[in-house]
Amino acid sequence: MTTTTPRRSTAAALDSADARRSTRHWTVPLVLVAISLVLSVVTLGIGTAGIGVGDAVGMLVGATDPGKTHIMLQFLSPRVILCWLVGIGLAVSGSVLQGVIRNPLAAPDIIGITKGAGVGAMLMLLWFPMAPTGAIPVAAFVGGLLAALLVYVFAYRRGTSPVRLALVGIAVSALCEAIIRLLIVRNPPDVNAALIWLTGSLFGRSMSDVWQFLPWVVVLVPLIVLYARRLDVLGLGDDLAAGLGEPVERTRRLVLLLAVALASASVAVAGTVGFIGLIAPHIARSLVGGRHLALLPSSAAVGVTLMLVSDAIGRGLIPPTEIPVGLVTAFIGGPYFLYLLAKLARSTTSGR
Amino acid sequence: MSSMRLEATNVRLAYEKIVIVDDLTLRIPDGQISVLIGPNGCGKSTALRSLSRLLAPAAGSVVLDGQDIHRLSTREVARRMAILPQMLVAPESITVEDLVWFGRHPHRGALKTPSRDDREIVGWALDVTGMADMRRRFVDHLSGGQRQRAWIALCLAQGTDLILLDEPTTFLDVAYQLEVLDLLAELNREQGKTIAMVLHDFNMASEYADHIFVMKDGALVTQGSPAEVLTSEIFHQVFGITSQVVTHPVSGRPLCIPIKGRQRAVTAVAGRV
Repeated sequence: MTTTTPRRSTAAALDSADARRSTRHWTVPLVLVAISLVLSVVTLGIGTAGIGVGDAVGMLVGATDPGKTHIMLQFLSPRVILCWLVGIGLAVSGSVLQGVIRNPLAAPDIIGITKGAGVGAMLMLLWFPMAPTGAIPVAAFVGGLLAALLVYVFAYRRGTSPVRLALVGIAVSALCEAIIRLLIVRNPPDVNAALIWLTGSLFGRSMSDVWQFLPWVVVLVPLIVLYARRLDVLGLGDDLAAGLGEPVERTRRLVLLLAVALASASVAVAGTVGFIGLIAPHIARSLVGGRHLALLPSSAAVGVTLMLVSDAIGRGLIPPTEIPVGLVTAFIGGPYFLYLLAKLARSTTSGR
Repeated sequence: MSSMRLEATNVRLAYEKIVIVDDLTLRIPDGQISVLIGPNGCGKSTALRSLSRLLAPAAGSVVLDGQDIHRLSTREVARRMAILPQMLVAPESITVEDLVWFGRHPHRGALKTPSRDDREIVGWALDVTGMADMRRRFVDHLSGGQRQRAWIALCLAQGTDLILLDEPTTFLDVAYQLEVLDLLAELNREQGKTIAMVLHDFNMASEYADHIFVMKDGALVTQGSPAEVLTSEIFHQVFGITSQVVTHPVSGRPLCIPIKGRQRAVTAVAGRV
């Protein structure tokens, strides 16, 4: 439609730059996945069952006795698999939320999903103590979705501004937190199970948990990846995104729904594991840049690594006591959150 | 007047219930540079937003290529018209080249790899804006002028003949303002691009515009070539300033020289003579 007089040189240079960049985009997640695989095997051997790292490695070559192998496969491998799935779920969801809300501090924990899921699970535990364990994730998922919906309804005024969405998210989180505390105070004898779940723990998870959660990841993550470039475009601001032909509100609503579903499902299976959804995207962004097609796989890989390390620390630090993985991620994530805040404050005070 | 590609007819523009513009008609002349000027809050940016399809008129219509712009899909509009809004946020960790690639967004499917044409037009957009050497730099690390050129490169990569810009020179040093406007003038001259923009600086508008729309209080006061429109009466009426309008010694276009405080009374008399 336009008469253009391109210079071949620049167009050709673009090709080689593309090639160079995409190499990096794949090496980073691949290296992280390799690290995670090694961690998965090694951390199988960490824990309370008197099994060592050597046993875990030995199992691969069939040199470990059947009893230990049974324990590792039966009790620890679902846990490791869940570390992978939850890491992917939270990190991908966090990347999407940060992109869509255009707020570097946005994460499932911050816009109310995590706490909403917490309320849902607690109500299920307290009101229906006889309900099958499979009901808790469902309740958490409903809670997370409701909290996110509440945030969206309150933040929606002829479109949703990112700042408004984040602020309302924080308010709804605080509300959910208050409800959780109220429930804890009113029902002291029943809260033990709820408390463990609330801190986020992968203790005693079985393959049935894996099978419950797997479809969410397998379906939602590829769907989100399909939206990668549109996420990039949304990051340019509403007006410019609309100028580039993106039906902003419709796309945002859809992608938010996908992210919320993914985060709720993650919280449902693992409890409120905080900070993974916040930190993993930041680390990935510093490694591969901000484009979602590159960011999403790297972020997922970082999320897996963080989950595996956190869970291993939780199991191995003071055996036989187990520290819930959510507590460990909070220990790692808290300082990182402060660092992010400081960095943000610095960049806003020093001008653009 | 024959019909133009982009026209707003009798539009009323409002945010929530507050009416900013009532009954405005603007026809953007094809193949020219037109500039909207007016004091703060006169509705010039609002008018441009409605021309860009970012704001639906409460009454009246905006027509692009003979079709109501709100009947067209966002994507269809984006293939015909590029817009550069005022408040631009440079996304974190995005290179200039990545940014310019977004210009191809309306032309690409979700999974399609970029075509030869896509590459060429992105390369061209980088070249013509002088950003080719900086294409691997992060946008958030650029200077104001460089960043603005990067944004313009993005719009150019859209490959449209119509480009709308909302105050593309705000917050820029004067050298960068000239740089950006020179670039737009060159695109207009050599590629025949239709450019419509809001400018804050009426002297810059005078230098670069073929056609000027002067707005005040949500209404069009007058329009025409700079020489027809930019008179000291208009500057008084619209901007509330006393000024002397002289001829720019080099370009021959009107140049408004505002007059300060005590000298105002004297010139006001002299101006009337």
